[in-house]
Amino acid sequence: METEIGNPWLNVGIFAAFVLVTLIIVFRASRNNKTAADYYAAGRSFTGPQNGTAIAGDYLSAASFLGICGAIAINGYDGFLYSIGFLVAWLVALLLVAELLRNTGRFTMADVLSFRLKQRPVRIAAATTTLVVCFFYLLAQMAGAGGLVSLLLGIPDKVGQSIVIAVVGALMIVYVLVGGMKGTTWVQIIKAFLLIAGAGVMTVWVLALHGFSLSTLLDHAVETSGNPAILGPGLQYGVSAITRLDFLSLGLALVLGTAALPHVLMRFYTVPTAKEARRSVVWAIWLIGIFYVFTLVLGYGAAALIGPEVIKAAPGGANSAAPLLAFELGGSLLLGLISAIAFATILAVVAGLTITAAASYAHDIYASVIKKGKAEAGSEVKVARRTVVVIGVVAIIGGILANGQNVAFLVALAFAVAASANLPTIVYSLFWKRFTTRGALWSMYAGLGSAILLIVFSPVVSGAETSMFPDAHFAFWPLSNPGIVSIPLAFLAGFVGTISARSKEDPAKQSEMEVRSLTGIGAEGATQH
Amino acid sequence: MGDEAPRSVTETEVDFARLQSSEPFRELKKRHRSFVFPVLAAALVWYFAYVLLAGYAPEFMSTPVFGSINVGLLIGLGQVVTTFVITMVYVAYANRKLDPLAAQIRDDAARAEVR
Repeated sequence: METEIGNPWLNVGIFAAFVLVTLIIVFRASRNNKTAADYYAAGRSFTGPQNGTAIAGDYLSAASFLGICGAIAINGYDGFLYSIGFLVAWLVALLLVAELLRNTGRFTMADVLSFRLKQRPVRIAAATTTLVVCFFYLLAQMAGAGGLVSLLLGIPDKVGQSIVIAVVGALMIVYVLVGGMKGTTWVQIIKAFLLIAGAGVMTVWVLALHGFSLSTLLDHAVETSGNPAILGPGLQYGVSAITRLDFLSLGLALVLGTAALPHVLMRFYTVPTAKEARRSVVWAIWLIGIFYVFTLVLGYGAAALIGPEVIKAAPGGANSAAPLLAFELGGSLLLGLISAIAFATILAVVAGLTITAAASYAHDIYASVIKKGKAEAGSEVKVARRTVVVIGVVAIIGGILANGQNVAFLVALAFAVAASANLPTIVYSLFWKRFTTRGALWSMYAGLGSAILLIVFSPVVSGAETSMFPDAHFAFWPLSNPGIVSIPLAFLAGFVGTISARSKEDPAKQSEMEVRSLTGIGAEGATQH
Repeated sequence: MGDEAPRSVTETEVDFARLQSSEPFRELKKRHRSFVFPVLAAALVWYFAYVLLAGYAPEFMSTPVFGSINVGLLIGLGQVVTTFVITMVYVAYANRKLDPLAAQIRDDAARAEVR
């Protein structure tokens, strides 16, 4: 069973069918992509429920499905923190950010951050943080794709996996090039529906096997794993004072990261009004919340029906818990379906990230900084398409290098970088009248720099068995998640930078931003086709 | 989506400073902040209480309540429930208290521009 799970040809067949269907939809959806608003923001034509489902599709990445199921199956309760943190984080997005952002910006996060500050430096900083966060997130998705391949398609060697990563990357370039935001959004919607339905079926199935009693399921999980500690916290993070602090750091990064993820923020621009932005978040919260309750059952279900030791030994390691559970429940057919959904998940999330990064470069760096807002009509979209190709290639190379890394964990690093580099500036510029350009730059660069430095010198990169470079030793910093230091530091830097700035910002711009953010005056509505 | 679509008012035509200091806008800002800040603070306190309990009081979290379902699992699922409740309460509040006032301010601004 360890060497070959299911029938690789069946897996490939189901996956190919999905790709074909979505490609047709992407082609049909993209026929009237003409302007930048069409390409980046889907002509602002999506409804709240549609966009909410797409947000869920964007957000429920391989980390949520494979990563969390695996974490719960192996580390028990400690894996549950990911689910809770990823969900509660949406309250920050709903209450503080979504509507105000929809009312003030046009396409990207930098639009909002540079609204009342000095355009050039703030745009460059915001585009830089956007690109770095997208890169970390992409690495996680690509690493997940590689790890999965070994299990699902029965490709054990690194070369074969690398080829599959390259194929997944090439496919995603096609989606984004052809479809733009509209095509990408439809891929997200279909994928969210399939993922939640698939997880729902498996959840009911697992519960049915245990007489619809969660308690019986937990007892079975304890029995199979032979370890009652999986029901309580502490298995992974309760080892020492350092790991406990690491747990707190992870909790902080998770809850503050979501509202600062550039690809999530960009989705708020695909709807016509702030009210629709609010409705999208509400839909997303319901779908994501229900899905995370499923992952709890699936994680413990995998622990009960397969057992942590078998999962750890399987190719793909912890990330294979959900597919193994699917095989245990429904044999080859269910495994084929679930693996196709898992692939689709990675593909869709990668497409969403790529279009965000491309928009950020083309809109913020090329059109606003290099061309000083005087780019010819159409050339911005052309640059965005070229950027997609470059990012796609970088993601493929990065994914091949990061192949084998822990997925949920890599995503948590992207959250930490986002929460450090972006969130303080977003909150300050929306809510603090005195906030200045210097405050924004200090906060973004301090947050970004400290988060990355702490990651480089942490056990994630070197010094431990599970590190990227296990044989090198430059891990001076004991925590694997930087959030607990870099997030407060970025807030502090923004505060000190503002207080110490001699020049004041234009008060008229501040008035305009505040009035627009709350009332929606002057926000760009849906374009009529 | 038509009725909610904002008017096409460009920035040069609207006196934002006047609007910002107007009574309806100050009221809107007060209503928004007096809901959003305390509710978010409460949600984050509740969340960090959960994280700290899981990190530093694992024995308490492992106390069984019904069968093998323990305190930690119930508090975790409680986080999901409170997230849903806060979401619904905020939507009701925004529909009732924020949206009508914001629409009124938009209308006033559009009328001032015609004059």
